[in-house]
Amino acid sequence: MSDTTNHVTLTIDAVEVTVEAGTTVLQAAEHAGIVVPHYCYHPGIPSRPAQCRMCLVEIEGQPKLQPSCVFPAQDGMVVYTTSETAETARKSVIEFLLLNHPLDCPICDAAGQCMLQDYAFETGQLRSRYDEAKLVLGRDRVADDILYFGDRCIVCTRCVRFMEELAGDNALVVAQRGHKAYIDTFPGKDLDHAFRGNIVDVCPVGALVHEDFVFKARAWDMDSAPGICPGCSTGCNINIDVVENQIVRTKPRLNPDVNSYWMCDYGRRHLVMANRGVRTEAPLIRMDGELEPASWNEALTWIAGRLEGGDGAAVVSAGAANESLYYLRGLLSNLGIDDGTFRVEQGEEITLPGFPKLKLRADRAPNVTGAELHGFKRSDTLPDVPGGGVLMVLGDALAEAPADYGANAGFFLYVGSQLYPATANATAILPAASVPEMEGTFVNYEGRVQRFHQALRAPGVARPAWMSLSRLLEHLGVGEGVLDVRSAFQAMAAGTTGMEDLSWTGLGLRGELLSEVGQPAVAVE
Amino acid sequence: MGYPYSHDLEVNTLLSRHFGDEKARTLEGWKELGGYATLPRALEMEPGAITDVVKESGLRGRGGAGFPTGMKWSFMPQEPTGPHYLCCNADESEPGAFKDREILRWVPHLLIEGCLIAARAIRAQHVYIYVRGEFFPFSRLVTDAVVEAYEAGYAGENILGSGWNCDVTVHIGAGAYIAGEETGLMSSLMGGRAEPWIKPPFPAQAGVFGRPTTVNNVETLAAVPMIVAEGADWYRQWGTEKSPGTKLWCCSGHLVRPGTYELPMGIALKDVIYDVCGGAPNGKKIKAVIPGGSSTAMLTADELDCEGTYEGMAEAGSALGTASPIVMDEDTNIVRAMRRIAQFYAHESCGQCVQCREGTSWTAQLLHRIERGEGSLSDIDTLYHLCEQMTGRTICPLADSVVFPLRSSLDKFRDEYETLIRC
Repeated sequence: MSDTTNHVTLTIDAVEVTVEAGTTVLQAAEHAGIVVPHYCYHPGIPSRPAQCRMCLVEIEGQPKLQPSCVFPAQDGMVVYTTSETAETARKSVIEFLLLNHPLDCPICDAAGQCMLQDYAFETGQLRSRYDEAKLVLGRDRVADDILYFGDRCIVCTRCVRFMEELAGDNALVVAQRGHKAYIDTFPGKDLDHAFRGNIVDVCPVGALVHEDFVFKARAWDMDSAPGICPGCSTGCNINIDVVENQIVRTKPRLNPDVNSYWMCDYGRRHLVMANRGVRTEAPLIRMDGELEPASWNEALTWIAGRLEGGDGAAVVSAGAANESLYYLRGLLSNLGIDDGTFRVEQGEEITLPGFPKLKLRADRAPNVTGAELHGFKRSDTLPDVPGGGVLMVLGDALAEAPADYGANAGFFLYVGSQLYPATANATAILPAASVPEMEGTFVNYEGRVQRFHQALRAPGVARPAWMSLSRLLEHLGVGEGVLDVRSAFQAMAAGTTGMEDLSWTGLGLRGELLSEVGQPAVAVE
Repeated sequence: MGYPYSHDLEVNTLLSRHFGDEKARTLEGWKELGGYATLPRALEMEPGAITDVVKESGLRGRGGAGFPTGMKWSFMPQEPTGPHYLCCNADESEPGAFKDREILRWVPHLLIEGCLIAARAIRAQHVYIYVRGEFFPFSRLVTDAVVEAYEAGYAGENILGSGWNCDVTVHIGAGAYIAGEETGLMSSLMGGRAEPWIKPPFPAQAGVFGRPTTVNNVETLAAVPMIVAEGADWYRQWGTEKSPGTKLWCCSGHLVRPGTYELPMGIALKDVIYDVCGGAPNGKKIKAVIPGGSSTAMLTADELDCEGTYEGMAEAGSALGTASPIVMDEDTNIVRAMRRIAQFYAHESCGQCVQCREGTSWTAQLLHRIERGEGSLSDIDTLYHLCEQMTGRTICPLADSVVFPLRSSLDKFRDEYETLIRC
């Protein structure tokens, strides 16, 4: 508190808290570790309509209860969030909200993650005094992929305000008024914005649900892992929700420096679809002209005994982790190959106007900057393979390669998670874990190094590429195989310009910028 | 129906003097009747001086709340940093009130002159007359009058050669009661749903288009020209110290002579009902009166001897509101009347605040059930609980508006509720 003039000290439920002037009582309470229940307030949405009346608190000297989401904290203020009046008012809001609510928690996708359910449970009101017939609104498809359950809606208008204030597209409106009010698309407009999926995340109840998630999983059955969206070079922070080793949905995870509370729909679908295709599950080596499965030791020994330096080419995926790229670079150096390229799928760039730093960027890969840091060059085409030379391929770089690509190579090593027509030409294949199946780091468009965690088990004996490549190097007599990601990262960081000062723990869940942000590989907007 | 209605009280009619006179509607006729004489004088006055006269006159907002008009104007920034706006609230929707429409209908030029003088006082460049959507014929009359005023140089650029510019726009609402609440009016005026917003920001800080705005009722603005012309003391010869001037009373319900009457402030409510309006027809007794439009507390026949001022009605446990007594005779079913009122507010709730959105509708349903004879005694407790939870919990006073008559009817006519429940 160096500048005391800009701070105010107030007491909330007997806890003294000092906050910056201009902070609302609700935010001040958060500082003090007190949660004031609320619905319409969302920290990522600028407007504060104070209309759900859930966050009413008692403030000494104020004749009426005040909405804490807008009431500014003042010096010497004494606030009670759990006084009898405040509690009664909150209880009554819950009673009002439940009047016409269908209480269909057993089949509602929000159950277990529902603010209405949580607060209704807290207030402990078992019986409704409402004996009239409930108003039935039914359900509606507000977008191609989003369902609206009108009966569950509490009309907090977060979704309407997200579309208006963040997406800049007034596609949603409150239709009708009073107790008949519901959310609908503006007459004649479609809800087709590239960031519309966020309305499902901001919904505090189960009124908005993605159609591809509906009735799919219960909240308490899901495992969740923090990840980085591999959809584009923004590197949105996400949570990957998994049931029985299947990704059922991805949701944005707060990172004020990258994506705030949001992510785009392209990214949302991307990871759910990522594990389609034919997977590599065991090392394959070419014996008598056929690719045959082998154990890791057998395969690595076999490869190490046949790899020779000389002419060669390397192709990597800009979706490969830094650690994998680092060990591949080590392997290439060992063989005397200095170059290497990657291709990046290009797409339309779409900005979220209310948080313009967040874009679905044209580079549809998460680690373009990382690939460049490790000496790989962007290219529109696959490199020519010198006849009889070495070809190294890391990741899904051959998805659209011609079927005979690499057939003329003397030794073609493929380290990846999926099989493509061209990988049939490989001399050896090392099965790699896909991004959600491993840990590692990406460097996003602005040079932010971000960790992603493992959400899924890899199939068969597939291993992260950094692990198998470091072991291959060990078989070639260079260094030791690395079996944990922290060591892989530290080795990689120590040998990579701009990353020398980074530590695995230091990256945390929010990542850190490269130390030489002045000269990032990709121009910073 | 012709004007003025005859009654035995000796009253100087100020606002209603020309009600019923077709001549007053046209600019030509209005000027013959002495119209637009004050505007040139106001143009020579400093804005602050106009505000001072109105402040001294003690004029209070006629929209129902009775806030001192001069004080409201003085909240506007004295040194404008950009446009200021004046909104004339002609969204008269309170059940029982029918006074503003008479001004719109008979003396639109009086209103326009009042608007321009007020705009001058608050340094506004633009006046929006927000007319209730249902007032089709009246909004046409006002629009015609505005066109005439522009043609005669009373509005627009360089008004009467003074170098002062002020535009007047007639805006027609889309039919929401809550557009009569000042922030709801401004939301609607800006093209949104008529949804009130939480204050602060107050209109004088950030109102229409984020700029300082004053919202005044039609009747308030119509009183401004004569106050500026004749002075504060002249206006104070009517009414009381705290509520000076005259007031248009809208008397409806079971009365021999219902209608709009201009009466001096301070007249006893019983005199309005019995002397001016002749009491209930067919020799019936009066059971209850809602004195200030449907959103005020009911009074029984024994409680009518109260002073018809803002403070006098508050003392009697109700409110002057828009001075629109709705009179119910002895045959009235109070529960049914109350149900109808609750139904109105349930229909008009904008739906933002949970207490109002769900509470008004629940109240209406409970009352309907009791009215049908299917109620239970615990419903009365629930109604009281609703009163408790709907008071002072919401952004605007719509929920409170149903509580005032509801709570008073429960307190004063509980036996009627119980009879319907027990029968």
